[in-house]
Amino acid sequence: MSLAIDEPVPPARRAAEAAAVIRVGPLDFVADVSGALVLPEDRLLLVADLHLEKGSAYARRGIFLPPYDSRATLASLAAALARWRPARVIVLGDTLHDRGAMERIDPADIAALRAMQAGIDWLWLSGNHDPAPPAGLGGSVARELAYGGVTLRHEPSAAEQGPEIAGHLHPAGKVRGGGRSLRRRCFAANGRRCVLPAFGAYAGGLNVLDAAFRPLFADAAFTAHMLGAGRVYAVPSSALAPD
Amino acid sequence: MPAPADRPDAAPAALPPAFAAWFAARGWEPRPHQLELLALARAGRSVLLDAPTGAGKTLAGFLPTLVDLAGTPPAARRKGLHTLYISPLKALAVDIARNLEAPVAGMALPVAIETRTGDTPAHKRARQIERPPDILLTTPEQLALLLAHREAATLFGSLRRVVLDELHALVTSKRGDLLSLGLARLHRLAPGLTAIGLSATVREPDDLRRYLVPQAGDDAMAAHVVVRGGARADIRIMDTARRPPLAGHTALHAMREIYAAICAHRTTLVFVNTRMQAEFVFQELWRINEEGLPIALHHGSLDVGQRRKVEAAMTAGALRGVVCTSTLDLGIDWGDVDLVVNVGAPKGASRLMQRIGRSNHRLDEPSKAILVPANRFEVMECRAALDAVAAAAQDTPEPRTGALDVLAQHVLGMACAGGFAEDDLYAEVSSAAPYAWLDRGTFADVVRFVATGGYALASYDRFARIRVGRDGLWRVTNPRVAQQYRLNVGTIVEEPMLKVRLGRARRSAPGAPAAPVRGGRVLGEVEEYFAETLLPGDTFIFAGEVLRFEAIAETDVVVSRTAPGTDPKIPSYAGGKFPLSTFLAERVRGMLADPRVWRRMEGGVSDWLETQERKSMLPSRDQMLVETFPRAGRYYMVAYPFEGRLAHQTLGMLLTRRLERARLRPLGFVCTDYGLAVWGLSDIGAAVAVGRLDLPGLFSEEMLGDDLEEWLAESALMKRTFRHCAIIAGLIERRFPGQEKTGRQVTMSTDLVYDVLRRHEPDHVLLRATRSDAATGLLDLKRLAGLLSRIRGRIVHKDLDRVSPLAVSVMLEIGREAVFGEAADDLLAQAEAQLLEEALA
Repeated sequence: MSLAIDEPVPPARRAAEAAAVIRVGPLDFVADVSGALVLPEDRLLLVADLHLEKGSAYARRGIFLPPYDSRATLASLAAALARWRPARVIVLGDTLHDRGAMERIDPADIAALRAMQAGIDWLWLSGNHDPAPPAGLGGSVARELAYGGVTLRHEPSAAEQGPEIAGHLHPAGKVRGGGRSLRRRCFAANGRRCVLPAFGAYAGGLNVLDAAFRPLFADAAFTAHMLGAGRVYAVPSSALAPD
Repeated sequence: MPAPADRPDAAPAALPPAFAAWFAARGWEPRPHQLELLALARAGRSVLLDAPTGAGKTLAGFLPTLVDLAGTPPAARRKGLHTLYISPLKALAVDIARNLEAPVAGMALPVAIETRTGDTPAHKRARQIERPPDILLTTPEQLALLLAHREAATLFGSLRRVVLDELHALVTSKRGDLLSLGLARLHRLAPGLTAIGLSATVREPDDLRRYLVPQAGDDAMAAHVVVRGGARADIRIMDTARRPPLAGHTALHAMREIYAAICAHRTTLVFVNTRMQAEFVFQELWRINEEGLPIALHHGSLDVGQRRKVEAAMTAGALRGVVCTSTLDLGIDWGDVDLVVNVGAPKGASRLMQRIGRSNHRLDEPSKAILVPANRFEVMECRAALDAVAAAAQDTPEPRTGALDVLAQHVLGMACAGGFAEDDLYAEVSSAAPYAWLDRGTFADVVRFVATGGYALASYDRFARIRVGRDGLWRVTNPRVAQQYRLNVGTIVEEPMLKVRLGRARRSAPGAPAAPVRGGRVLGEVEEYFAETLLPGDTFIFAGEVLRFEAIAETDVVVSRTAPGTDPKIPSYAGGKFPLSTFLAERVRGMLADPRVWRRMEGGVSDWLETQERKSMLPSRDQMLVETFPRAGRYYMVAYPFEGRLAHQTLGMLLTRRLERARLRPLGFVCTDYGLAVWGLSDIGAAVAVGRLDLPGLFSEEMLGDDLEEWLAESALMKRTFRHCAIIAGLIERRFPGQEKTGRQVTMSTDLVYDVLRRHEPDHVLLRATRSDAATGLLDLKRLAGLLSRIRGRIVHKDLDRVSPLAVSVMLEIGREAVFGEAADDLLAQAEAQLLEEALA
């Protein structure tokens, strides 16, 4: 591999590319602005916490959130697949918001999900909301998986030092300054461990400075790769604000 | 007794002997309008009484009821409620109940009068429904709750009259929409009901006359009784030793004179436009209060107990001055006020007249008022308002188009009340004047929204909150739904607030983060969304001093005092709460264009405008001036549309987008009621000169197309508007202060909901409600559209080599008013830069 010297990369683009790189153990992943994590040379794409049918779960309590969250989530996933064309997709748990989700989901959404699996080796990891992803979603199911020396699982394990990639916590970072504040979903990573942002449209986020993250990152030093409008921004944990 | 044919409004009626004797005993004579109202009531007419303060409005409103009730002994009466009185303020209802005691006790009338507010204990509420009083005084929210009660039909079946106080103030908001729907229901439950509206003079009294009676396409109107003010108000602009500054809202230059005015009068009300100004003026007056006069402070963010204490002291005549915000705008009689001082510009002529009405509650004596402009633009605005008052010109807002989110709330209430047939409720709702525009299809959309969210994807049918029964009536499916309705009723969405508390920052070890110590004095409250933006070390103005932000600890914002002379780094809300009215704006533009007028003006205005004319120019009445100039390494463009802060803010957002697209690298903008300043890294004046930028194109109405749509998709103001609509419409639950630590959770989730709904069902009824709010509310799109069409072909451009005198007044607001316009991702890029710094360190 050689660099084309006659066409220098603009500094802004170089910064954007650097911000998107997330190393976990021996592997260099790329953070996609949608919240997916990609290993381009392996054509591998990871997402976490789709929380399909969260909207309709609220409807049972008389709160009628727009029933388009599954559709929005799947459209965003389809767009990420089109960008990266992976051969393998691993979903790190909490695909369905609750046990009743399969009964409520629009058959058209299921069909869309099945269609995007064509030609892709698709693996569902089980999560706390969906201990065993039901039949009908296609693909295969596992509890956790070792990949190139990195453990992939739903819930990060504080007892282990990694390398590990997980979801479950829905990390979000917040920055303030100049009389403004901004809260965005993010990847929280320190080289040994990476927690993926929740991919679901209604999934929301938990501030990465919350106590739940403390056992995962020694010395509270990590980088929040925050999802901006057009790219991912790498923000040191020291520059983040609590809620 | 039929009224004469040529005078449908009926001849004045005579008072019954007992009433005549009571008036005579007090040395009073019934006023003509009081008798006229009595006659109209006897003739079964609804009526709008349009009268200045001090005209005996309240007594006039209740006289027909008291005469009715006095004439029929309790045993002979139909059981139940006779008259309902609705006021915008709880305190006003309580105040009126007290005032009615005098005639009722004086004539020994067998009349039971009670109030019903949020403070009424549960057992009393229950009893009021079982055994109602003759007269019940309450608020629009309490009326909505009563109408949603299962016993509503019985309770209101006997009702003869409804009295709506301060109607002009009620009808300009969503509360007025809610009340109009309640009124439509009352008209239906009690056929033959008449309504009396009590109002200050408004621009279009016919709108209020329609509001009072059911509309059936016949343009029905209540009768109109007008009382014109007796003595002309004595208003002047305060002469001050120091001239008003070029910008700012503090009126610091006038404190000595304001204090002297307080000293020279019995009781002075000092009106200001915002809470921040109230705090500031109060502190400054105490700083120079050498005589130790009892001067108090009254505004909405103060603790309730504190406010009640001030009101009691005021009624007892124990105060010489009260610094207050619009919380005292409405008609409560707080005792013997003989002077009103209005600090800052009044923003509207009608508002000014209302405030002046607070002084001297007697019709035959002139009200006395002094206006204190806080800057030079405000000198012109005060002068314009004075002229308007002299001409008795009104600039009350246009009537509202009834909001769909309020309608949704009402529909759910009616389902709780025992069910409704869709066609019947449509007929009833569209008989309310604000909803006369409503078509059957939109109404059906709202009913479907209440039932299942009303989405094109009909997936929530089995969770429906209301459902049609076999009898064709929509009813709630579950008692829990009625419970939710009761908790959610009302149209006022409070911003979550945090307490501002003094605390010291102590460093435990060098380099360790500061650990604030709590336990200091509470200075007041700020909106949580403001506190959220602060970084430790940021300085801002609050309670009249510059404070340093230390931390947020639970529900407290911990701050410390700063050294004298510290500059505030973060703008806090120092600007006016209400935007300048269109009417006053037009008058100010007229003044600016007429040297004969401005040359005679006080407060340094003539010097200021003369210099402006020499160094740049003064636009004519229908022109808009745009100035461009460089300053300190940046390039500025300042425009003067005079359309109020909200419309300017939206304009600024759209202009910066367009400049960005033209690669003119804008960095931010700031706006006032009069103009806005945009700055950036490229020379805008030069771009115009070489034809790279076309000013008419930049300000063209096209910006209301795609640019607006794009901006609305991400606008925080739009998201906040959506959240308010979603809460009022009952899509999400209202969180009560104290029930949850903060409102943050809700804010986050409604933003996500807004994004998804906007993408998948842009025509959803809730988005229609949001857009309609945006047109007149925080984004003031309607006024912006009017502005762009007004200036088409009338932009005059001056390319200057330095800042102009007019521009100084706008640019001085940088650092005081919020600065907008930087793309959100810039903040992320700044945070990211810290990573590089760390790496290099």
